Amino acid sequence: MYAQMIKSTGKTVKTLDEMDPQERAFQERIDAGGKIEPKDWMPDGYRKTLIRQIGQHAHSEIVGQLPEGNWITRAPTLERKAILLAKVQDEAGHGLYLYCAAETLGVSRDQLTRDLLSGKMKYSSIFNYPTLTWADMGAVGWLVDGAAIMNQVPLQRTSYGPYARAMVRICKEESFHQRQGFDIMMKMANGTDAQRKMAQDALNRFWGPALMMFGPSDENSVHSAQSMAWKIKMNSNDELRQKFVDQTAPQAAYLGLTIPDETLAWNEERGHYDFAQPDWSEFFDVLKGNGPCNTERLEARNKAWDDGAWVREGLMAHAAKRRSNQFAAE
Amino acid sequence: MSAALFEFLTRMGDNTLVLGHRVSEWCGIAPVLEEDIALANTALDLIGQTTLWLSLAGEVEGKGRDADALAFHRDVWDFRNLLITEQPNGDFGQTMMRQFLFDCWHVLYLDALRNSSDARIAAIAEKSLKEVTYHFERSAETVIGLGDGTEESHRRMQAALNRLWPFVGEMFDSDAVDQEMIAQGIAPDPQALRPAFDAKLTDVMAKATLAIPGDDFSHAGGRNGARHTEHLGHMLTQMQWLQRAYPDATW
Ligand SMILES: [Fe+2]
Ligand SMILES: [Fe+2]
Ligand SMILES: [Fe+2]
Repeated sequence: MYAQMIKSTGKTVKTLDEMDPQERAFQERIDAGGKIEPKDWMPDGYRKTLIRQIGQHAHSEIVGQLPEGNWITRAPTLERKAILLAKVQDEAGHGLYLYCAAETLGVSRDQLTRDLLSGKMKYSSIFNYPTLTWADMGAVGWLVDGAAIMNQVPLQRTSYGPYARAMVRICKEESFHQRQGFDIMMKMANGTDAQRKMAQDALNRFWGPALMMFGPSDENSVHSAQSMAWKIKMNSNDELRQKFVDQTAPQAAYLGLTIPDETLAWNEERGHYDFAQPDWSEFFDVLKGNGPCNTERLEARNKAWDDGAWVREGLMAHAAKRRSNQFAAE
Repeated sequence: MSAALFEFLTRMGDNTLVLGHRVSEWCGIAPVLEEDIALANTALDLIGQTTLWLSLAGEVEGKGRDADALAFHRDVWDFRNLLITEQPNGDFGQTMMRQFLFDCWHVLYLDALRNSSDARIAAIAEKSLKEVTYHFERSAETVIGLGDGTEESHRRMQAALNRLWPFVGEMFDSDAVDQEMIAQGIAPDPQALRPAFDAKLTDVMAKATLAIPGDDFSHAGGRNGARHTEHLGHMLTQMQWLQRAYPDATW
């Protein structure tokens, strides 16, 4: 999940009776499974929460290029290099669709970018972890794209039309990424001793951070209750995390790798795996900017933006000249 | 096997491998999101073309080396790419100028290769040309936009052209390998492509308001492997590290 700790209005969720007619009509439309489109009336809180959520998701796609881009120039075969390039290109494309979806809510891509670069807006905590070996390309695809899909598949039914449609396109590609990641893990897990060691090490380092992607338990969160009433959040964080563990545990067993959680066990009664919570103090550290790569990631994005200023200005100046020449010719 | 044919195919495959690698170094740090996507796409096309050329090279050589073995287990002196492709990215302007100069040659060369007497080569050229035509349109458009943009972008593009100009001449060098390819109807004479190249170049540089340097000096040593620049070795330390550190592994 690429959106974490999104704050909505902060007040308790209104009942239909407490709403004025406009807001009630809006809520009833959502309750009936209808879609909200950019030109429709919407409560201020709905708009603001969506901008935060879609913006954070878009930023995650953009920053997410960095940990994987880290291995493109060191990919082990031409085919793996091509697959990784295509994946990173997809992620940039996801960023683009999502910025477009956010723009329909009245915020510009430039504004969102400035908020990312200044640190005002966040991106998913997972991209603040380093990718240290080639096996990390497998682990990221398998676990990170895997966790993202858990959250994004239900969001295809979200109430905001442009967001839902962006998710439909994105989900197709994410499941492809997950399969490619798993394929890398298979090769590694069935490879030499060194490769098996790399694969296990990658799982050890990414397991906790992957569980954190869903965010802390939000059973009692007002923000989550409001977002769920608006159908911009479809499941609780714990529900999605459980689903992720249930899906991933047998896959790890199939690979012959050990999930770094001694308490992990199938619970017959619940029909789910029991598992240990990740280290939430680490999660809050990462959120505060103290993850292993927060500084590098923001530096890299800021440098790219600053170094690119002359290019953006140059191309804009040229486009303006062209327009005025056209005008003069008419 | 024909030694000259192998040599010719590694020239084609090493150009796309080395330039594809350079372009892929931009991943995630381009000036705008649209450029991130476009650069990744260019790199992806070039790496795809590399697989086609080097697979055929391995087949022609007949020693059991596939495209990966050729890409990741040869040292600098065995590489046959044009020196321009191994030049560092520099700023975005230098990267796009390098791309334009290469694309401009690549389009013409591939176009001629479509008539190769070797059907396998004609097929690779046919497929590659579709992609490369698009690369050329984009790089030309970017060079024009930045050349004729702001004062700063103009200054940077002129500097990029001056910096890369001494590497243009090598594209049109012709040696014994070329003579054999010409004799067998496999590939065109590089020299014969120069007028068409100059025409395209002159057109784009005029629109970009950039001055083509007058000095015709050109470096050589990439396409015959005699003397690469120092940059290629550093690229290989990164590109080939994993394969050499874990030679028993398959990935
Ligand atoms: Fe994505
Ligand atoms: Fe992703
Ligand atoms: Fe993905």
